[in-house]
Amino acid sequence: MATDVMATPVAATGGKIKSELMQQRVRAARWFLLPMLIALAVVAGWPLLRSIYFSFTDASLNNIDGAEWIGFGNYFRVQQLASGAVRYRGLLVDADWWNAVWNTLRFAATSVFFEAVLGMVVALVLNAEFKGRGIVRAAILIPWAIPTIVSAKMWSWMLNDQFGILNDLGMRLGLLSQKVAWTATAETAMQAVLVVDIWKTTPFMALLILAGLQMVPKDIYEAAEIDGVHPIKQFFRITLPLVRPALMVAIIFRLLDALRIFDLIYVLTPNSSATKTMSVLARENLFDFDKFAYGSAMSTLLFLIIAILTIVYIWLGKVRFDGGDR
Amino acid sequence: MGATFDLWKITKTTLFYALVVVIVVVSVFPFYYAILTSFKQGTDIFRITYWPVSFSLENYQSVLSQGSFPRNLLNSIFVASVTVILALFLAVTAAFALSRVRFRGRGFLLMVILGVSMFPQIAVLSGLFELIRALNIYNTPWALIFSYTIFTLPFTVWVLTTFMRDLPIEIEEAAIVDGASPWVIITKVFMPLMWPALVTTGLLAFIGAWNEFLFALTFTSSNDTRTVPVAIALLSGGSQYEIPWGIIMAASVIVTVPLVALVLIFQRKIVSGLTAGGVKG
Repeated sequence: MATDVMATPVAATGGKIKSELMQQRVRAARWFLLPMLIALAVVAGWPLLRSIYFSFTDASLNNIDGAEWIGFGNYFRVQQLASGAVRYRGLLVDADWWNAVWNTLRFAATSVFFEAVLGMVVALVLNAEFKGRGIVRAAILIPWAIPTIVSAKMWSWMLNDQFGILNDLGMRLGLLSQKVAWTATAETAMQAVLVVDIWKTTPFMALLILAGLQMVPKDIYEAAEIDGVHPIKQFFRITLPLVRPALMVAIIFRLLDALRIFDLIYVLTPNSSATKTMSVLARENLFDFDKFAYGSAMSTLLFLIIAILTIVYIWLGKVRFDGGDR
Repeated sequence: MGATFDLWKITKTTLFYALVVVIVVVSVFPFYYAILTSFKQGTDIFRITYWPVSFSLENYQSVLSQGSFPRNLLNSIFVASVTVILALFLAVTAAFALSRVRFRGRGFLLMVILGVSMFPQIAVLSGLFELIRALNIYNTPWALIFSYTIFTLPFTVWVLTTFMRDLPIEIEEAAIVDGASPWVIITKVFMPLMWPALVTTGLLAFIGAWNEFLFALTFTSSNDTRTVPVAIALLSGGSQYEIPWGIIMAASVIVTVPLVALVLIFQRKIVSGLTAGGVKG
């Protein structure tokens, strides 16, 4: 954090009074923080611990209180069949789970990559001065403001196989030879989800990148212009390095969001194993299949996977949340 | 020489504006098409048109008169408002402590708060479910208000902290010299300056709570207690093949228009609030 911007208004007064005042402020600060910390512990800390605990039990939806500790059984166990053959069971050898992990990672990487590239394009457009800039900025806020469920419904109507406008448009323009069931076909379901997600969240990325772009001093470009530096070279040598801190933070925010995706897929492509993500599968096990403990194991593993990816990203990318070098 | 230069310039300008048009059309078209569909009547819905051909309020009438949709709207308004007010109430004092008082462990605390706001909600779902049933608030709006605090509170604390950090030291000095306590400083000195920040943060948190789906789907189970996103997701016709697209689009437009209006009115504030929560934060 930017501790240097800290308010130290009592610095001018004498040493003794100063330290007394500081102590008073620190004491007050403790009391001010307490309600928030208690609230967070109750709504986040405790449920997280309980969820992890449930993953080591045999809890079921109707018998949560009577859950008994069974150790790592939900994650991995060896089963000896009557015939003497040995079977491995549990989450770590569950093909459905690893399919969901792969779907989630593929979705997160692809969507965030396209959002970063398109967000950069939109941000560069908005950073230029032209007539109607206000309209563009207002327009890109619309996808961001629309609830995810609503955008999922809107797009599933547009992507409808028989009456969808996108099939109609594609055939009129000669891009499609026949109507495609975008959300129902295994090959295209993921693409459909990606298109909707990229449409909805590119504005967020663009606004964050734009905030970074606006910090770049204009005279750098003027100097580059005089030296005859090609615009594309200007972008890679000046813009990109200077925007990098903002971009890295925007990417991690989006990445964390993409890794926990649930609502869009739940509505747009229900029951498609081609798009089922970790969150969707975990909730299905928790509440629809009555495998409460197994679902808890999934959510625990999901938490671990996301935590590890985040730490690796922050470490490799040297991300600083105070906005870099400013 | 001059002529070729002009030609190059014209091409560049044309390409630039073509890009601008593409961005605007792609952003707006799905919403436009939802509005278009929502005003179509009966079988017109299955005739694909790019411009309005007929105008009927039939879909709006049926979504508002039958079923529990009006009730769901009220639920959403109630849940989102109470969640935001509670979060702001807890966040103002916490943000003061985090932004204007130097104490050990502050940086760590801020990282924890950021971590919680970025939390995968599914990771706490089973624990929350147990807690909500134990508190006897399952299938009530309070279950949602309770669970939404997990993302609204850290978010509001975070954004308000960045806002307060940027306020100049001088405004506090006079109050401290006069011997004002930190509580008086917050209520008398900071609050009047904080209104724009509170409105922006509140609005962003409201949008988050309004749009939430996973908790709402899990912690409510009857038509009367659902919020609008869940109601829209579960709107269905007689069979799998009779999805009432007109009604779904009308409901979608009703839910979205107030949000889009608010966002466009508070455009500048929202952009600064988002970037405070993102880039600076």
